[in-house]
Amino acid sequence: MYRYDEFDATMVAERAAQFRGQVARRLSGELSEEEFKPLRLMNGLYLQLHAYMLRVAIPYGTFSSRQMRRLAHAARKYDKGYGHFTTRQNIQYNWPALVDVPDLLDDLAEVEMHAIQTSGNCIRNVTSDQYAGAAADEVEDPRPWCEIIRQWSTFHPEFSFLPRKFKIAVTASDNDRAAVRVHDIGLRLHKNAGGDTGFEVIVGGGLGRTPYVGHTIRDFLPKEHLLSYLEAILRVYNLEGRRDNLYKARIKILVNAEGAERFRGLVEEEWAQIRSSGIDLLREEIERIHAYFEAPAFEKLPGESVALNAQRDGNGEFDRWLRVNTVAHKIPGYAIANISLKPIGGIPGDISAAQMEAVADLADQFSFDEIRATHEQNLVLPHVRKEDLFKVWRVLKAAGLATANIGLVSDIIACPGLDYCTLANTRSIPIAQRISERLADLDEQESLGELKIKISGCINACGHHHVGHIGILGVDKKGEEFYQVTLGGSAGEDASIGEIVGRGLSSGDVVDAVEKLVQFYKSERNDGERFLDVYRRIGADPFKEALYAAA
Amino acid sequence: MKIVTANSLQDGAVVYLGDDDQWTPQLSGAARFEDSDAKDVLVAAQTRIEEITDAYLVSIDQDGAITGRETLRETIRKAGPTVRLDLGLQAEQCA
Repeated sequence: MYRYDEFDATMVAERAAQFRGQVARRLSGELSEEEFKPLRLMNGLYLQLHAYMLRVAIPYGTFSSRQMRRLAHAARKYDKGYGHFTTRQNIQYNWPALVDVPDLLDDLAEVEMHAIQTSGNCIRNVTSDQYAGAAADEVEDPRPWCEIIRQWSTFHPEFSFLPRKFKIAVTASDNDRAAVRVHDIGLRLHKNAGGDTGFEVIVGGGLGRTPYVGHTIRDFLPKEHLLSYLEAILRVYNLEGRRDNLYKARIKILVNAEGAERFRGLVEEEWAQIRSSGIDLLREEIERIHAYFEAPAFEKLPGESVALNAQRDGNGEFDRWLRVNTVAHKIPGYAIANISLKPIGGIPGDISAAQMEAVADLADQFSFDEIRATHEQNLVLPHVRKEDLFKVWRVLKAAGLATANIGLVSDIIACPGLDYCTLANTRSIPIAQRISERLADLDEQESLGELKIKISGCINACGHHHVGHIGILGVDKKGEEFYQVTLGGSAGEDASIGEIVGRGLSSGDVVDAVEKLVQFYKSERNDGERFLDVYRRIGADPFKEALYAAA
Repeated sequence: MKIVTANSLQDGAVVYLGDDDQWTPQLSGAARFEDSDAKDVLVAAQTRIEEITDAYLVSIDQDGAITGRETLRETIRKAGPTVRLDLGLQAEQCA
């Protein structure tokens, strides 16, 4: 894992000290809220319905036991004993007092954490594949490049006041777990015909009120040119992106207004000007960063664990968890263990301080001290020996963290919605809870297979509804909560934006609607077809009919 | 009728302007203003920047209940998250 050098440590400490002064001046009335708001947003501090909210960065979703323990400490000391993992691999605290935030940030800085790049019109915290460095299907570990992007983007003077926020995601697998096609910039590491690794560069994807799947503007960018090419894209956007209209300010609007071809031309032109001007890192520096991400000291183990096979025999619950929540590791004898933060009827992404500590202990003992946060609001222990999986599962079960539903119908993404958020029109969490309860049976969930439901409480789409196989968008109709259903979205390598299927449904009807859609899928599917496959094969109309005909 | 609500500067908690011109967490303690006077009261409240932030008006009916399009939002602000009844003012009132 990356460790701070003296520059990182100084930057974070100085930023925390600076914000302490700004908070003091706000509390004394020396600063008005108007003056203070942009300053607090630069430090990840929002004001929500009931309290302030602090969003803490977890760069590319990778963190350690020590950091997780500190997050638990912060949840107890400064919040109400819990935190909430977000769709950008960050964690949010929902109740910190403004007067306490400077101390909270100091506590985080001690373990190399901060709230920088979690808000404001800057390049946000870079996100990546939660299985990075562990996945059997990756070309190479994408995190060194994420860290290089982090260092380049943090406090980048030219890109601190962009037209709008800017999100970059990186994957190194053909199975896209980082939603790179719906980011401002998506990067996919892959091998070309010559066997070299480079980036596919995808620009102009995004969700929100105007969703787009991004356009590939370069099939293969040699890795060493990453920063100069990113800089060229950001320069074009910074200059040409709209600043007159908040709703048209994201790069996706620019790319789609200009056309991807013309946009590509502008970027290539800019790149030709700057590519030799010393932006790209020297080989030694690239190697220095890579050294931080050297693989842990994996043991030489047999691919199959005899002990594990014995443990799963006769323990159906454990066997199911293995089937659903663990994933192939690139090293024989190891597995990737997913920790679901979606207990049946629970609040997606929420985790108590005690649960955080349980996960920290497990990572410490069984996963080389590493934890990952996923953009689907779950956690991962990336490197677990197969023979330890039973021990890990028992601890998770005792902590209420062993729900075997990763990728299944109850593994729902939901934004905080009107229960917390000032922007929301409707609640999201209660809908997620009720769908999860309605379809609680895990046998049934497993038989339904991969089915991604994503719920947003307003058009800003923090719950990624546009890319849900079933998406649910909350809309306010004269003060009443209504929910619009979209179908056929995907955030994966086959990215697509879901289509609205018809009139909005009341909060009472939307859970029935989801059940009808699921039943209809079951009746239509052929062997091995996922919900999304059936939708793409037969189209929207039969689903619409199933949804509205009998009503 | 209108009441003035805001978030307390120190901790962000929801507060209402009371009859004694102090901020109270209880909606029942909120001072009621005729629509015609409410704007001036709000402008005055907004100058109290050492105490609160984001002050605005909320409509109430004759019985003092929140009314209008923002009823759900204001009800959640008043009580706490509907998905965590152990948090927010609703928790204190149950205890």
